[in-house]
Amino acid sequence: MSKKILPKRVDMPEQRPKERVKNFEEVALGYSETQALKEASRCLQCAKPRCVKGCPVRINIPGFIKCILNHDFKTAIKIIKKSNYLPAICGRVCPQELQCEKNCVLGRKYEPVAIGRLERFVADYNRSREYKVKKKVKLNGKKVAIVGSGPSGLTAAAYLASYGYKVTIFEALHEPGGVLVYGIPEFRLPKEIVRKEIEYIKNLGVEIKLDVLVGKTLSLKELFEMGYSAIFVGTGAGLPKFLNIPGENLNNIYSGNEFLFRINLMKSYKFPEYDTPIKIGKKLAVIGGGNVAIDCARCAVRMGAEVSLIYRRTEKEMPARSEEIEHAKDEGIKIFELVSPIKFIGDEKGNVKKIMCVKMKLGERDISGRRKPEVIEGSEFTIDIDTVVIAIGQSPNPLLLETTPELRVTNAGTIIVDENGETSIRGVFAGGDIVTGTATVIQAIGAGKKAAYAIHQYLREVGDV
Amino acid sequence: MYKVVANSELAPGYKLVKIHAPLVAAKIQPGQFFVLRIDEKGERIPMSIFEFDRKRGYIETVVHEVGKTTKKLASLEVGDGIMNIIGPLGKPSEIRRYGHVVCICREGTVGAIHPIARSLKRAGNKVTIIVGARSKEYVFLLDKLKKISDEVIVATDDGSMGRKGYAVSALRDFLKSNKVDLILSIGPTLLMKTASKIAKEHGAKAISSLGAIMLDGTGMCGACRVTVGGETKFACVHGPEFDGYKVDFDELKRRQKMYVEEEKIALKEYERLL
Ligand SMILES: Cc1cc2nc3c(=O)[nH]c(=O)nc-3n(C[C@H](O)[C@H](O)[C@H](O)COP(=O)(O)OP(=O)(O)OC[C@H]3O[C@@H](n4cnc5c(N)ncnc54)[C@H](O)[C@@H]3O)c2cc1C
Ligand SMILES: Cc1cc2nc3c(=O)[nH]c(=O)nc-3n(C[C@H](O)[C@H](O)[C@H](O)COP(=O)(O)OP(=O)(O)OC[C@H]3O[C@@H](n4cnc5c(N)ncnc54)[C@H](O)[C@@H]3O)c2cc1C
Ligand code: SF4
Ligand code: FES
Repeated sequence: MSKKILPKRVDMPEQRPKERVKNFEEVALGYSETQALKEASRCLQCAKPRCVKGCPVRINIPGFIKCILNHDFKTAIKIIKKSNYLPAICGRVCPQELQCEKNCVLGRKYEPVAIGRLERFVADYNRSREYKVKKKVKLNGKKVAIVGSGPSGLTAAAYLASYGYKVTIFEALHEPGGVLVYGIPEFRLPKEIVRKEIEYIKNLGVEIKLDVLVGKTLSLKELFEMGYSAIFVGTGAGLPKFLNIPGENLNNIYSGNEFLFRINLMKSYKFPEYDTPIKIGKKLAVIGGGNVAIDCARCAVRMGAEVSLIYRRTEKEMPARSEEIEHAKDEGIKIFELVSPIKFIGDEKGNVKKIMCVKMKLGERDISGRRKPEVIEGSEFTIDIDTVVIAIGQSPNPLLLETTPELRVTNAGTIIVDENGETSIRGVFAGGDIVTGTATVIQAIGAGKKAAYAIHQYLREVGDV
Repeated sequence: MYKVVANSELAPGYKLVKIHAPLVAAKIQPGQFFVLRIDEKGERIPMSIFEFDRKRGYIETVVHEVGKTTKKLASLEVGDGIMNIIGPLGKPSEIRRYGHVVCICREGTVGAIHPIARSLKRAGNKVTIIVGARSKEYVFLLDKLKKISDEVIVATDDGSMGRKGYAVSALRDFLKSNKVDLILSIGPTLLMKTASKIAKEHGAKAISSLGAIMLDGTGMCGACRVTVGGETKFACVHGPEFDGYKVDFDELKRRQKMYVEEEKIALKEYERLL
C-alpha cells in the first residue's frame, strides 16, 4: 500500500442531544460534498472487494465510491440503483457494521470506509437535484400483483417493472412503505425521503393501490382472476407480541407497534393539529431491548417523558444497534438491565400506575448463544410509571395466511418458500419478514429482488411471456 | 377518494351517509365493518354498514356524532371525498338457524343491527328487534327494521314512543312470555353487558359487537385488545362479535375512556375553527 491512509473515517455531523430531544428532525445530518470526497478517498479500490460480499444485494461498492471521487454522482447513483432501489433508506438504516463495513479490509487496522454514509450521500445528492432516470421499458403485456408495500414489495415491484411487467402493489394502510413509514421514526428516517424513493419507483410505471387488505378486500384467487399472472407476498411481521402477564390490558399500555404507528403514521406528536391522540405521561417505561424498543424510547423522550428502558438481559445482549443504544443514552434514556416485569398495577380508572418487576441474573447460554436470564427469587420491586410500551417483538402478519389456507406456513407463522421464493401455491412468491420473521430492510430488499427474478423466470417457463 | 353520494339527517346528531366504495360494497358481510380516514390529518375510525349495494358500489352507514371525526363525517356534503376507506374488516356474523333471535340496540346502532337481523331472518330465524332511544325523536329507520323482522319493540327513556324505560327492561319483559335462543346486542357497553347477563339467566346464547377503540383495524397494533374468557383478543380481527357470556365489559368500558381528555381537546379545536 503506497498511499497514506487516513486511519479514522470522516465524522458525520449530528444534531446535538440537547437540541434533538426537542424535535423529530433527523439526528444524523449527512456528509457535505467535501466530507464525502474525503471519505471516498480512503477506499483502496480493492481488486477483490470484500465489502461487496458483505452486502446482501451486492452493490458495486468500490465502483460507486470511485464515481464519487470523480465527482460523477450521476453514475454513482446508477451503479447503486442497479442493485438497490432504496439507497437513501439503506444508507440510513442498514446495520452496515455487520455487513459491508464489517468486511472492509481497512477495518483490520483502522476504521472501515463509511460505506453507508457514502451511499446516503450519493442518494441525497441526486434526490436534492431531482435527478430522474428516464428509462423507457417496453411493456410485455403481463401483469404482476404485489401484496404489501414494505421494502420487499417495493423492490420486487421496481425490478418487475424494469423487466417490462405492468405491476400493481396492493397495500392495506393509507400510506405505502411498510415499516419504513409506520415503524421507523422520522428522526432516523424522514418520511419525505421514503416518499421520494417511492415516487421514483412509481415513475418506473408501478401503480400503488392503497386501502386494500388482501385476504379480505380481495383474495389471492381474485387477483389471478383479475389477470395478474403472478403474485409476490411481502406482508411483513407486524403482529405485536405481548407479555401475557396480569394487568396488560390496563389503559396507557401500548404495543411498540401501536405506539410507533400513532406517532409515525398518524403524526400524534402533532396532536391536536393531527387528530390521532397518544398518551405519553410523565414517566414512561419501554420493555424490550431491540430496535423497536429503542425507537419507542427515543420518540417518547421527544414528547417530553422521562423514559426508562427495561431489559431482562444486560446492555451487551441488546439486539438493538449499538449506535442507536448510544444515541438513546445521550438523549437521557435510563436503561434498567436484568429486570423483567411480572405484573402491571392500575388505579380505579384502569390506568396503569406501577410495574412490578423481578431482578434477573444470567445463566447458561441458550440456542441463540446468549446467556439465558433467570429470575432471582424474592427480588420483586415496583416502578412508578404512567405509560408503558411493550416492544418485545413482532410475529408475521397472520391475516392473509388465515384467509388463504392453501398457503403453507411454519409453526412460527412464516410462509414456507422454495429456493426461488415460490410458495406452496403455484405462481405465488413471498419474501421479506413474512418469510424470515423480523429481519432487516436490506434482507427484505434482497428477497424482493430475488423473487422478481424468479417470477420473471417462472412466467417465461409457463410461456406467459 | 371515496365520494359521498347522499347524506341525510335521521335525528339530531345522527346522519345516514352513503358513500361510493366499490371494493368494500362488493364484499362486506353483515357483522363486518370498515375503517375510514377523512383527510390527511384525520384519524382512522371504524364504522358499520347499514346497507350495501354490491352492483353500484355503495355503502351506507349511520353516523352518530360524538366527537370530532364523526362530526366532520356528518358534515360532508354530496360530492365531498373521504380520503381512505378500507374493508371489509373483522369476522362476519355467524348466520345460521338459531330459532328465535332477539336483536337489541340503541338509537344509532340500529344501523349495524339492520343487515345482521336481515340475514338472520333469511336464514330462517324468528327475529325480534328491540330498539331503545332517549325519545321518539331518536327512533329512526323503523320501517326498514319492520320489513326485515317479525316484530320491532320500541322503548324510550321518556315514554314518548313505545314503552317507557330502557331497552333491556323491554327485553326482560319480553322474555317472560317468549323463549329466545340468541340475544344479539350492539350498543352502549352497559346495554350489551346487561343484555348478555339477561341472556345467560334466560339460557339463551349471547353475542355482542364490541366498540373497542381501533387504529389500523387490521390486527397490527393491539389498540383494540379485549378480554374474552380470560384471553386477550383483538376486536378488529377476532371480532367485533364475541360471546357475550365471556366478554370483560368493565375492561372494555375503561378502555373506551382512555382518550376522553384528548377527545375534548380535539372537539374544542374543531369547533373553534368552524
Ligand atoms: C420500529 C422498527 C425499527 C426497525 N429498524 C430497522 C433498522 O434500523 N434497520 C433495518 O435494517 N431494519 C429495521 N427494522 C426491520 C425492517 O423494517 C423490516 O425487516 C422490513 O421493513 C421488512 O420489510 P417487508 O417488506 O418484509 O415488510 P414490512 O416493512 O413490514 O411491510 C409490509 C407491508 O405489507 C402490508 N400488509 C400486510 N398484510 C397485508 C395484506 N394482507 N394486504 C395488503 N397489505 C398488507 C403492511 O401494511 C405493510 O405496509 C425495523 C423494524 C421496526 C418495526
Ligand atoms: C366495530 C365498530 C363499528 C362501529 N360502527 C359505528 C357506526 O356505524 N356508526 C358510528 O357512528 N360509530 C360507530 N362506531 C364508533 C365510532 O368508531 C366512534 O364513535 C368514533 O371513532 C368516534 O370518533 P370521534 O372523533 O367522533 O369521537 P371521539 O371524540 O374520538 O370519541 C368519542 C367516543 O368514541 C369512542 N372512540 C373514539 N375513538 C375510537 C376509535 N378509533 N374506535 C372506536 N371507538 C372510538 C370513544 O369511546 C369515545 O368515548 C363503531 C366502532 C366500532 C369499534
Ligand atoms: S473493502 Fe473497503 S477499501 Fe476495499 S473496496 Fe470495499 S470499501 Fe473500499
Ligand atoms: S385496531 Fe389495531 S389490532 Fe385491532
